[in-house]
Amino acid sequence: MKIAVLVNEGPYQHQASDSAYLFCMAALAKGHEIQRVFFYHDGVNNASKFTEPPQDDRNIVARWSKLAEEHKVDLVVCVAAGLRRGVVADTLAPGFRISGLGQLIDSGIKADRLVTFGD
Amino acid sequence: MKKFMLVNRKAPYGSIYALESLEVVLIAAAFEQDVSLAFIDDGVYQLKKGMQTKAIATKNFSPTYRALEDYDIDKLYVEAESLAARGLTAEDLVTDVKVVDAKTLGELMEQQDVVLSF
Repeated sequence: MKIAVLVNEGPYQHQASDSAYLFCMAALAKGHEIQRVFFYHDGVNNASKFTEPPQDDRNIVARWSKLAEEHKVDLVVCVAAGLRRGVVADTLAPGFRISGLGQLIDSGIKADRLVTFGD
Repeated sequence: MKKFMLVNRKAPYGSIYALESLEVVLIAAAFEQDVSLAFIDDGVYQLKKGMQTKAIATKNFSPTYRALEDYDIDKLYVEAESLAARGLTAEDLVTDVKVVDAKTLGELMEQQDVVLSF
């Protein structure tokens, strides 16, 4: 199945981005395709390369980057939501790209399922 | 064309979900999809008449709901139970909506291809 994911909450503050990541890993392990992960609202903070969690904690941003590299998953940050929050091309971690809300609608059109993670 | 339903569950001010959800609505319409909106729980307050936001230094986006018709978005469903629980009626809302009970709204959700919940 072709699955798209929408992440609406920032990392560490909220469980949503952890759940979204674990869902992606589980779906890939079952042989599904992750068509795209779209980051909206405070979810755009998942893409900040300046994120530096303590050594004994999970690195949420690096984990997304690794997902993009190893599974060729398209990680898209909403441009308008990003601009509001200071997440722009220069601040992106590897594997993320900036684009518009059209990419979210495109996922809704092309994927078999669009799964939202948020409050 | 796919059927998109945007489900609005939160009060208009206090968090940014309602405002950024409206941006998704407008883009979905620009992509010429079949777009409908549902308002449940505190989301019904998004349509409440008479919002005054000056004192919280926040943009009042109530007029956008009235302008949705210009984007050919005319399917606005408000859950009857959520309205009643808050002492509101359709008369209190800024634009024309269909008031439906939870069961009917559930059936409408069943018919959608994509349900986005904010």
